[in-house]
Amino acid sequence: MNPSSLAVRCQNVVKIYATGDQKVTALNGVNLDIAMGELMMLVGPSGCGKTTLISVIAGILDQDSGCCEVFGEDLLNMSNQHKLKFRARNIGFVFQAFNLLPALSAAENVSVPLIINGMKRSDAERKAITVLDQVGLGERVSALPSELSGGQQQRVAIARALVHSPKLIVCDEPTSSLDHETGCNVMALLKEVALHKDRALVIVTHDARIFDFADRIAEMDDGHIVEVKDKMTQLLKNIEHG
Amino acid sequence: MNHIALKMLMGDRGKYLGIVMGLTFASLIMTQQPAIFLGLMSRSYSFISDVGLPDIWVMDAKVQFVDDIKPLQDTELYRVRGISGVDWAMPMYKGLLKARLVDGTFQTCNVVGLDDATLIGGPPVMMEGKLEDLRRSDGIIVDVDGARDKLGKPSPTPGGKRISLKVGDSVELNDHRAIVVGIAKVTRTFQSQSVVYTTYSRAKSYAPKERKLLSFVLVKAKPGQDLAELTRRIRATTGLAAYTRGEFISLTYEYFMHNTGIPINFGISVLLGFIVGAAIAGQTFYNCTLENLRQFGVLKAMGASNWVLLRMILLQAVLVGTIGYGLGVGLTALFGYSMRHSILAFKFPWQLLLFSGAGVSLICVFAALISILKVIRLEPAIVFKG
Ligand SMILES: Nc1ncnc2c1ncn2[C@@H]1O[C@H](COP(=O)(O)OP(=O)(O)OP(=O)(O)O)[C@@H](O)[C@H]1O
Ligand SMILES: [Mg+2]
Repeated sequence: MNPSSLAVRCQNVVKIYATGDQKVTALNGVNLDIAMGELMMLVGPSGCGKTTLISVIAGILDQDSGCCEVFGEDLLNMSNQHKLKFRARNIGFVFQAFNLLPALSAAENVSVPLIINGMKRSDAERKAITVLDQVGLGERVSALPSELSGGQQQRVAIARALVHSPKLIVCDEPTSSLDHETGCNVMALLKEVALHKDRALVIVTHDARIFDFADRIAEMDDGHIVEVKDKMTQLLKNIEHG
Repeated sequence: MNHIALKMLMGDRGKYLGIVMGLTFASLIMTQQPAIFLGLMSRSYSFISDVGLPDIWVMDAKVQFVDDIKPLQDTELYRVRGISGVDWAMPMYKGLLKARLVDGTFQTCNVVGLDDATLIGGPPVMMEGKLEDLRRSDGIIVDVDGARDKLGKPSPTPGGKRISLKVGDSVELNDHRAIVVGIAKVTRTFQSQSVVYTTYSRAKSYAPKERKLLSFVLVKAKPGQDLAELTRRIRATTGLAAYTRGEFISLTYEYFMHNTGIPINFGISVLLGFIVGAAIAGQTFYNCTLENLRQFGVLKAMGASNWVLLRMILLQAVLVGTIGYGLGVGLTALFGYSMRHSILAFKFPWQLLLFSGAGVSLICVFAALISILKVIRLEPAIVFKG
């Protein structure tokens, strides 16, 4: 694979949590490449290190050893200031629990990443409204999160993750709080509005029903990547089993 | 980010009101209690400030404050009059005497005897009659609060209001007849007794027979005299104490500061107000931050720096602080205004605004600081935790 088309390159990433004198090795030498324009899913049993891995990739957690490059930049050796700027420009987040600010309207919530990047509030809110329109919430721009359904809140969160055109979007269990149909709608939306050739998506999920949306699926167990399956092997498997 | 900070703060109405109320309470206590304290303390010297004309008070060297009477011999008056630089010097009697009321009960009165000729040192405001009426035989002037209350005649119906003493009524002062010729208004002092003004010679006749009855010599300096120089001269010539009015006021004030429990009592309530206010407001503010911690984490993950979050929290603290302070000070002013005709002591100089302002600021800085520490230490990785 051409390195310049790589969004993420993890090499031998190790993360050990130390609580008291107990040590938990959450990542035990992870190697993973994610390409631009790709939707990568991370799957695996609970506690295998999925959240830890995307936290490292998103630059909100430092690994203990190994290297994680995002768009060619080594996150571990970045200054704090630089890393904040890097996150503000390049990373979009979608969470299982939506994590919208409850006191802000949909449009205000979506405008936050732009404001953090230094945009004027009025411009940011105007831009936010156009993105909310894209995710089908053009009518609810001034609604508070508490006035929206779970699916609608997640769509606001997706708009927030997209609004500043980041090159990498990380999602942790984006459909787990939603019923199946809403979850599929949210995934379809993500794939439609979020994915293009200059952007990569990493989605952690348990939800087997959305595996079809993935370009590749990385299976984790016990702090390792066990297997990375692409569309072809998946199709072949399905045929074998079918 | 400012509007986000404010919306986060006011997102939870209950907590927001709790913080503002805590600060209002603290600011109210920290303004109102000192105001009462200052009002009360000013009563310690209000007798001195009521006597406007003289520049210098001369008294026994051992006198510690205005109500601490150590009488002098009348001859001291003439010695003071002989000192160069003294324009005039007048005698004043001040002492507690028993009054017998018409119903046969006794009341202790604070009797003030003024120089017979000039009546210098009389009450600041006459409500009925004139000061000169004191020259009429057996004349006394009674302060309005005393006339209404302590010296008043008993109510015709049991348990009813007393009937106010009026001009023309008579009382007995130490078995001497005295007739009310005027009603005056005096500034309240610590002494709760009614104040009775009369002439110096009559006061002497009312008072129990003693060798010395002169309480103070009131001195007016000649124009252009240096008061400090004159007091020194009076002290040197007579061996008595001589104070300018300001000095006598601070002597009295200091005495009450150091020898009564008043400052410590008020100090404790101010401290309690501060602590309770800090506890309520600080706690609620901190709780508010804790509850919003996840939101701060999200902002951090999205690239907001500690500096930005710090400014957000400071802004929140400044806002609640300003509102709480304004309400507290406003309520204090309202309280003082509504109590202006009552017995309550209350004095609200502008310096008090600085005092309580500093107190409220301290609480806010403290509340913001513990919140800021929490937010700075916050790991953005918590955003993915369930
Ligand atoms: N902050 C932490 N302190 C200590 N141990 C932690 C911490 N976060 C995670 N761990 C441990 O690290 C391991 C990996 O956790 P992680 O959250 O990455 O798993 P996960 O694959 O996301 O699990 P799930 O599917 O349940 O979300 C687990 O054993 C977990 O207990
Ligand atoms: Mg997880």
